[in-house]
Amino acid sequence: MAQHSDVQLEPRVVFRPGALERGEVLGIASFVRRFPAGCIGAVILLIVTFCALAAPLVTVHDPTQVKLRERKEIPSWSHPLGTDYEGRDILTRIIYGGRVSLAVSVLSVLLGTTVGALWGVASAYIGGRFDMHSQRLLEIFMSFPPLVLAMLLVIGLGAGLWAVVIAIGITRLPFGVRVVRSVALSVKELAYVESARAIGASNLRIMVLYIAPQCLAAYLVLATAQLGVAIVIEASLGFLGVGIPPPTPTWGNMMGGAVANVLIPHWPLVVFPGLTITLVVLAFNFFGDAIRDVFDPKLRGSYSLTMRT
Amino acid sequence: MSKYVLWRVLHAIPALLGVTVIIFVSLRIMPGDPVSIMFGTQATKIRPEDRAKIEADLGLSAPLTVQYITWLKDIGTGKLGKSFWRGDTVVDLIVQRGPLTVEIAVMAIILSWVVGIPVGILSALRQNSALDYLARFFTVLFLAIPGFWLGAMIVLVLLLWWDYAPPLGVINIWDDPAKNLQLALGPAVVLGLAVSAYIARMTRSSLLEIIREDYIRTARAKGLREQAVVLKHALRNASLPIITLSGVLFGFLLSGTVVVEQAFNVPGLGKAMVEAFVMLDYAVIQNLVLLYSVVFIVINLLIDVSYAWLDPRIRYV
Repeated sequence: MAQHSDVQLEPRVVFRPGALERGEVLGIASFVRRFPAGCIGAVILLIVTFCALAAPLVTVHDPTQVKLRERKEIPSWSHPLGTDYEGRDILTRIIYGGRVSLAVSVLSVLLGTTVGALWGVASAYIGGRFDMHSQRLLEIFMSFPPLVLAMLLVIGLGAGLWAVVIAIGITRLPFGVRVVRSVALSVKELAYVESARAIGASNLRIMVLYIAPQCLAAYLVLATAQLGVAIVIEASLGFLGVGIPPPTPTWGNMMGGAVANVLIPHWPLVVFPGLTITLVVLAFNFFGDAIRDVFDPKLRGSYSLTMRT
Repeated sequence: MSKYVLWRVLHAIPALLGVTVIIFVSLRIMPGDPVSIMFGTQATKIRPEDRAKIEADLGLSAPLTVQYITWLKDIGTGKLGKSFWRGDTVVDLIVQRGPLTVEIAVMAIILSWVVGIPVGILSALRQNSALDYLARFFTVLFLAIPGFWLGAMIVLVLLLWWDYAPPLGVINIWDDPAKNLQLALGPAVVLGLAVSAYIARMTRSSLLEIIREDYIRTARAKGLREQAVVLKHALRNASLPIITLSGVLFGFLLSGTVVVEQAFNVPGLGKAMVEAFVMLDYAVIQNLVLLYSVVFIVINLLIDVSYAWLDPRIRYV
C-alpha cells in the first residue's frame, strides 16, 4: 500500500502500480494494464449488452415462434445451442433473454441501491429520531429473506417487467442504506468531520462534501456487486415460475420450464442459460472489483493518511 | 447489555407487525381473484351466487380490516387455515415439510463455517501465494454460480450419467437416515458452498485489513506467537464484519432453500412455498412467508446481540 504523508501539499507524479493518484485520469490503456480481470469482465459485459441490444441483427431465428418439427434438438450448426421443447433456438432465446435480464438488473439497482445510499448517509448523519424511524421502516423490509420478499412483491404488483424491477429494487434498498450508513457512521466520528463542524460547515455541506465522498467507494462497490445479485434474483424468480411469464424468454424461466414437470430435462436448456448467468455474474464481479480498486480510497492511500493524521 | 437485548427484542415487534401488513397488502391488491384461479378456464361458468358462497367460505368477502385482524387472531391461536387446492392445513404442511428444510439449512450453515473461515484465514495469512490464488479462484467462482443452476446440473449429471434419482416424497432423518441424506445432502452442499464463498472472502479481506493495524504490530512486537496474534487479536476484530454479514447471509440461505429445493425437487417447505406462489394459494403463501420472516427476524436478533457482546461500542440505546 502506498504510504502517503503529504498528499495535500503537492501533486504526485510518481507512478505506483495499482494505485490511482490524486487528479490522475485513468486511461483505457492503463486500465487494461492494471486490471486485466476487470477488463475481461467489461468486455464480456459489452459483448452481452451489444448482443442483447442488437438481438435481431445477431440471430436469424425468432425467439418465440414455435416449430414443433425442430423440438428438443441438441447443439448443431443451424442451432448452436440446440432447441427447446417448442423448437425455438436456445441461443436466440438466451440473446433475447439478455435484454430482460440486463434491463431488470440495471434498473432495479439504480432504483434500490442509489436511493438506499442517499438514505444511508442522511440516516447516519442526522441520526436521532429520523435514523430510528428509517431503521424501523427498513427493518420491516429486511425481515424478509430477499427472494421471498421479491416473490411476494411480484405477486402483489402483478407479474411483468416493472413489477420485477420494483420488487428487486425494494429488496436492494435496505442493503444500500445499511452498508452506506455503517460507513457514514464511522466516517462521521473521524476528526476531520469534527474539524469541519468546528469551522462552521453546515450539516448539508458536511453530508455532501465530507461524508458522502467517503461512502462513494462503498456505494460503487455495492452497486456493481448488486448488479450481479439482481441478475441472480431475476433468474431465480424466472426459474421458480413467479417472474416474467414464459413466452418472453429470460435466462431464469428458460431453465425453470426445463426442470419443472419433466422427468429428464433436456440438457441444453439447463446447461446454457445457467452458464450465461454465471458468466455475466462473474463479469459483473470482476468489473466491480476493478471499480473498487480504482475508487476505494483505502487502496489509494488517502485512507492511510486519514488514519495516521 | 441486558438493556440492549430488551431494546432489540422490543424493536422486533413493530417489524413483525410491519411484515404482516406487507404480506397482507401484497396478497390482497394482487390482480386476479383466487376463485378464478381455483377453477381456471371453468371460472366463467360459475354462477355469481356460487362464487359469493365460495368467497365467503375462503373468508374473502369480509372487509379487508376484518380479514387482517382475523388472520392475526388465527396466528395467535395457531389456526393457520387450509390450502385451497391441497386440502391439508398449513400447520400440517409445516410439520411435515419443515424438518427437511431446517436440516438442509443447518447442514449448509455448518459446512459454510467449516469451509469458509479456515479458507479465509489461510488465504489472508498466505496472501498472494498459490494457495491464496486457488482459494480466491473458487471463491470468485462460487460467488457467481447461482445455486439453482449448480443444483440442476448435479441432478442432471446424476440422472444422465449414473441414472440416479433421489427418492421421492418426504423422508425424515429419524425414519430412514440414509434415504433422508440422499434428499438433504445435495441442497445442503450447494447452499453451504455458496455461503462459504461469501464467508471466505469476507474473512480474508477483513483479516487483511486488521492485520495492518498498529495494535497487531504491537502484539507482534511484544513477542506473541503468530497463532495468538491471529486467532486472539486479529480474528476477534475481523469477526465483526463477518458477523454483520452472516445476518444477510442467513437471508440468502433462506432464499436459497427455496430455489435449491426446487432445483433438486426436494419436498421441503421452500418447494411448498413455490407451489403456493404458482397456484396463488393465499393461506399457504401468507403463512409460509410469515414463517420464513419470523425465523429470519429471530436469527438477526441473535446476531445483533452477539455483535453487541463482541463490540461494546455498539451497545448504545
